[in-house]
This record gives sequence, C-alpha cells and structure tokens, in this order.
Amino acid sequence: MNQKDFSILIGGEAGQGSRKAGLIIAEMFNQLGYKVLIYDDYQSLIKGGHSFSLIRVSAKQVFSHCQKIDFLLALDKRTITEHQQSLNGMIIFNQDRVESSQGTGIAAETIVKECQGSLIMANTALIAGFAKIVGIEWSVLEEVLRREIKKEIAKNLEIAKKAFESESVLVKIKKLKNAHQLLLTGNEAVALGGVRAGLEMYYAYPMTPATGILHYLAEHSQDLNVCVSQLENEIAIINAALGSAYAGKRSMVGTSGGGFALMVEALSLAVQAEEPIVIVESQRPGPASGVPTYQAQGDLLFSLSAGHGDIVKFVVAPGDAEEAFYWTAKAMNLAWQYQTPVIVLIDKELSETTFSFNPQAIKIEKEEAGLWNKEGEYKRYFDVRDGISPLAFPGDKAIVKVTSYEHDELGRAVEDAKLIKKMQEKRKRKFKLMQKEAEKTQAINVLGKAKIALVCFGSVKGAVKETAKKLGLKMVQPLILQPFPEKQMKKALQGVEKIICVENNASGQLARLLSGYGIKVDENVLKYDGRPFFQEELEEEIKKIIYGKSRNKLS
Amino acid sequence: MENLETNCLNTWCPGCGNFGILTAIKKAVDSLLKQGIKKENIVLVSDIGCGSKLVDYLNLNSFDSLHGRSVATAVGIALANPDLKVIVSIGDGGALNEGIAHLIHAAKRNSNLTVLMHNNRLFALTAGQFTAVSPKGLKGKSTPAGAPEEPINPLALMLDAKASFIARGYSFKPEHLASLIEKAVKHQGFSFIEILQPCVSFFNPLQFYNERVYEIKETSREEARKLIEEWNYNGEGKIPLGVFYSEEREVYERINKRKGA
Repeated sequence: MNQKDFSILIGGEAGQGSRKAGLIIAEMFNQLGYKVLIYDDYQSLIKGGHSFSLIRVSAKQVFSHCQKIDFLLALDKRTITEHQQSLNGMIIFNQDRVESSQGTGIAAETIVKECQGSLIMANTALIAGFAKIVGIEWSVLEEVLRREIKKEIAKNLEIAKKAFESESVLVKIKKLKNAHQLLLTGNEAVALGGVRAGLEMYYAYPMTPATGILHYLAEHSQDLNVCVSQLENEIAIINAALGSAYAGKRSMVGTSGGGFALMVEALSLAVQAEEPIVIVESQRPGPASGVPTYQAQGDLLFSLSAGHGDIVKFVVAPGDAEEAFYWTAKAMNLAWQYQTPVIVLIDKELSETTFSFNPQAIKIEKEEAGLWNKEGEYKRYFDVRDGISPLAFPGDKAIVKVTSYEHDELGRAVEDAKLIKKMQEKRKRKFKLMQKEAEKTQAINVLGKAKIALVCFGSVKGAVKETAKKLGLKMVQPLILQPFPEKQMKKALQGVEKIICVENNASGQLARLLSGYGIKVDENVLKYDGRPFFQEELEEEIKKIIYGKSRNKLS
Repeated sequence: MENLETNCLNTWCPGCGNFGILTAIKKAVDSLLKQGIKKENIVLVSDIGCGSKLVDYLNLNSFDSLHGRSVATAVGIALANPDLKVIVSIGDGGALNEGIAHLIHAAKRNSNLTVLMHNNRLFALTAGQFTAVSPKGLKGKSTPAGAPEEPINPLALMLDAKASFIARGYSFKPEHLASLIEKAVKHQGFSFIEILQPCVSFFNPLQFYNERVYEIKETSREEARKLIEEWNYNGEGKIPLGVFYSEEREVYERINKRKGA
C-alpha cells in the first residue's frame, strides 16, 4: 500500500474499550514512523451507546481529522451502520456480534472465550487481526501491547497471537524512516507545560473535558513533584489555589465552562489581591450543562469579560498539543511576573485529541517572579512605578497582608477616596504593562500570504491550517486574546481583502471580538453541532464562500 | 507582651463582642510566640463581616478572603506550607450559610488549621438579617415577622463532619477563650471553636448567656455529643464552654504528601 495518509475508525459500545484500542493502533503506526492524530468521540455514559476513535496516520504531521475512512474496525453492529457511508476502504469486524456481507470477520469473542479472557479483550483480538491484515509485524504489535496494557498482559498477548495467526496479510503498510514520537493528549500537554514552568499545586473538581489533566497529574504526581488535590467544588478549588499562591506555591486549576462560572468571584479576588493563578478552561457545548463530552468554543467572550470590577487578565488560547504545552508554561510565567490570573482557554477537541508531540520543538523555561529584597518594612502593595510590587510570602521575615478589599500599600482595607484612586491607578499601570507584554510577545500565528485570510483560535487551527495550505490562503490565529494584541493583529491582516472567521460556536464570538478593534469580518463559518471541523467539510465551506454563493454573513 | 497593634482605626461598635475575641487572640498568639512559634509562621485568614476586620487590627500575616471562602483559602495555605499556623476568623453567616460546604469538607479532610467562628447569630455588618444559627422567630429587616427556620447546631455539625477538635468559647470570657485558641492552634488537624458573641446593635443575649454558660472538661465522643446538644440554639438548656472533644488523626497535608511523594 503506497498511500501515506489514511484514517482508521474503531468503534463499539462504551465499555468495549474502543478508546484504548484506538491508542494502541496509533502507537503501532507511531512505531512504523507515522505521525498520528486521534479524535475520540464518546457519549456521557459508562456502558452502552456508541463511542469511537478516529485515527489519522500520515507520513507528515497532520493537524485535523478526516471524514473519509480507509479502515473501519467494528466491535459492534452500530459502528458499521453509523460510519459505513464514510468508508472508502475495508471493514474488519467482530464476527461474534456483527454480520456483514463485506469485509473480514474476526472471531474476536470466540478467541477470548477459548483463552478464558474477559469480554473486553475482544478489542485486543480485533486490533491483532487488523495488524496482520495490514501487514504489521508481530514484534511491533507485541511491543506496543506490552507498553500500553498494564492488566493481564499475558492473557492479552495470548489472545492477540491467536487472532493475529487466524488472519492473512491483505495489504502491506509501508514502514517509514521517521523516529518514534511521543503521543500526548492536549490535557497531558497542558499538565506538562505547567510543570515546565514550576507548577507545584494542582487543584480540580472533576469536569469533562478538563478531567484528563487531573487524572494525569494525580497519576504522575510523584514523578512530576506536583501536589494534586480534589476538593469539594470549584469554588473551593480556586480559593485554595489562591491560598497556596499566597504561601508561595505555583498553583493551577482546571475546569470547563460551568465550573469556571463558579470560580469567577475568586478570579476577581485574584486581581484585587494580586495573586498569581493559572486557570485552565476547557470548553464544551453550552449553555448550562450543554453536551458534556463534545466540542465547542462558546466561552470566548465569557472568559474575556469574567470578573466583577475593572479587570484585565491574560487569556491565552493554544491550538494544538505543542502550543498547549508552551502556552500553559507561558501562562504560569506571566501569572507570576504580573501577579495576575491567566486563563488558558482550550476546548474538548484540544483537551482530548491525541497528538504526535515533539518536545524538542518547544523552547520555554520557568521564569522567576520579582521578589522582595528583604530590606526595610515590607509593603505587599508597594506603589512602584510599573505597578508590580515585589513579592514576599508568609515565613519570610515580613508581614504579608493580602485582601479582597481595596487596600493601602500594607494590604489593609481602606475607604478613603485618595487611597482607592491610588490603588486603582497602580493596577491600571500594571494592566498597561500587560498590554505591552502581549504586543511584544509573538501572540499571533500567521501562515501563508494571500488576500483571503482564515482567522481562528484554539483547536480549529488544525482544520484551518490544512485548508489554508490546500487552497493557498492565509491563516491567522491569535494566541493571546487578552490583552488583545491589536497592533500585531492589524499587521497580520495588512493587505488582506477578505477575512473569513472559522469558529466552533453559534454566534461568531471571535468575529465580535475583532469588530471591537475595528476589524470587519466578511464571512463567518460556524460549526456548533458539538463536533470539531473535519478537514474536507471546512474545505467545502471555504470553497463555497470563495467560488460560490456566500453564506452566514455576519452583520 | 508582644506588640501586635496596627495603627488602623477600630470601627467596631462600642461594647462589641469582637473586642473580647481580639484580646483572646492576642493573648493566645503571645503565648504561642513565647513557646517558640515564629511570628512569621502565623497566618490569619479572615472572611467578610465585622469580626473579619480583625486582620487590620493585628500586625500578623493575613489573607482577607471572600465571603464564606476563607476556610477554602486556609486549606490551600496550610497545604502549601505545613510550617504555617493557619487561623481562620469567620462569622456564623460565612461559615454556615455562604461557605458551609468548605467548613464541612475541611473538617472531614482534617486540614491542619483552626477555625474561630465568631457567632453573633445573625448578619451584623449588613444590618441584621437571620443566619443559619439565628433563633427561630428572630425579627430582622428581611424577616419582620420572625426568622422562619430552625437553627443549626454548628458543634453537632462539626462532630458529624469528623472535626478532630471541637470547642466553644465566649467573648466575655477572654482568658478562657485564649486558652482554647492556644490549644486549638497546637492541635494537629482541624480545630473548630465556636465563639458566642453578643451583638450590641442587633441581637444582644448577653444576660441570657451569662446566666447559662458554664465550663466543662474535655470528654469522650459520646459525652461530647450530649453536652453539645444541651443547648438548642433557641431558648432552652444550659450552655457548656470548653473543649468538647479532640482526637489525634493523620492530617490531610501528610496524607496528600504521602500519596504524592
């Protein structure tokens, strides 16, 4: 088989292990030198229903998922009925549960029973059969299984061997020369990015799609030296994290829109008290509980405006795993340099997609905050010119007073008109400096040169990048959304005659943000069915706008 | 005695129960400093309301948090640096209305901190509305016909929530209260002191308290429950003061560290 870019879908009921199977398939191809990208689609239930992993493998780095499927692996019947229309290739199915006139059946559950395994191991049998059919060597499969399966590996290998030997090679996947790469989800990249910049305390309350950060850090807390705590609710989470920051520890919290809404009062506290904190907000469809396990970008304007009072904070929006690592580390550094909350705005698609990850490509280290020089009386809110007072912590030879009230330089509540104004102005000077920081940082990704630009933020970048490349368009992706890098954005759009905004929400929130800076978006491509943009469908939409009738014009 | 004064103007009403509490905290801190606890390792965390202003009146590390959230803030401070002695000053409204979840969970978690609940049995700084511990029928601006709800017994709540140190003090017995605070701060784990505090402006049961309070000695969990339920937070029963119950239990900070490191 000469094709070097194809998609494999493995699906079944929740509880049949299609997600793990997807990861194992991806790891096999990773081993063969392919870059991979896994989209996990699952419902908010534990058993039954329909879930699937869509694995795109390619000789070159890929950024988005394709609808067209080359190999359809069915643990159950529904997988075939749901996805057959996208198939342009081969079906491999669990013949103990599925009848199909086309494709290759594997007696997955029979093999499991013969080996006295548990039913979930049928996924191992299906993967092993698939591996043989596409000509992957047993040694590759074995190595990946040994690495990925922790429970009952001997039994799984026995099942795999039997299924592997029951099939014969139908196509031969080429082995490539690329080195094996790390596979990471966006959530894992966020966790590791935080650690790179000195994360010491992580607090969370479970909420999809951010829960993966909690699980990953809890599992690796020892190696990564991070104290991980699940507390009673999101309000406790952020307030405890602010307590830890006050005590000198780099702290981060993670949640989705609903949990973030509960944190907002304390976000405002972080600004008033000038406590550093990183808040990871992984969006999912709203309003309210919305659709917990699916994709959306509907919290952009909420995250920008969140917090009562006159507030500026940093909001950063990475678009893939490498950016998630970099920008979470950057967020932590910014939080401590500016003593401010920083929101890392991600989404389900970025959180839970698995990426081929190149750690060498990321250059960022922990940067130190400005500390008190230990001379004279310590004033937590010393009214310095740039508005950033030196930090000290309890335990230092200082009295460190912070407060949710407006305060004097010593951190004591005030109501005096002059003092209120003075402190508001101290913060305003800091906000101005944050604006400068946004402008001097490379805050916008620009790819290509063209008169038509596709503008997007967050994970939509993947589909936009591939589409822009294919159609010869420009891609513009802001990475810092507050303070908004207005000058950089205007520069990026210089000479552009048509701006098309591509967003995973129903109202065109990025376009509305841009309009606030006098940037008129000509067309808006919006997708708000809980699914990410697939590359082919975005390409079609953009072609319609460029060559055909324009739609969805934003007034 | 260690000078802990600040030059902030005290804005409590003349005769306010908070003065007695402030005196008791100063005495307890002075005693702790004499026993070798470093001043820079003491952290006060306060909430919102009259009592929470005391952070401005004490020259100690402090974090004046949001309404109801001070216990959660304190959990994070204690976890971040186990050398710190973390003392929360919170009102009955903050502890039992706005922030009751944090109080219960900090107790069951056995976070190593001390909660002083200034219990004036109503919201005072917002000019007199009922809280979770107001006597049923209390007339306030939001309930002119009287508070419609039964009061919670906060000590019974803390006992059920597995608080490892439970005590009650009285703002008009500052010496006794100071000794309770000192014991609570030295206790390893979550300590809770309810401090009865008459409010001279909106609800002043000074005489009622004076007639009913008496001091007890620490006892068993079973006996503690009986003593805790002696007064019903309405008009009935005598009011025991002192440490009801304490136990040694592994603190959250250590459990968290063990699982992580």
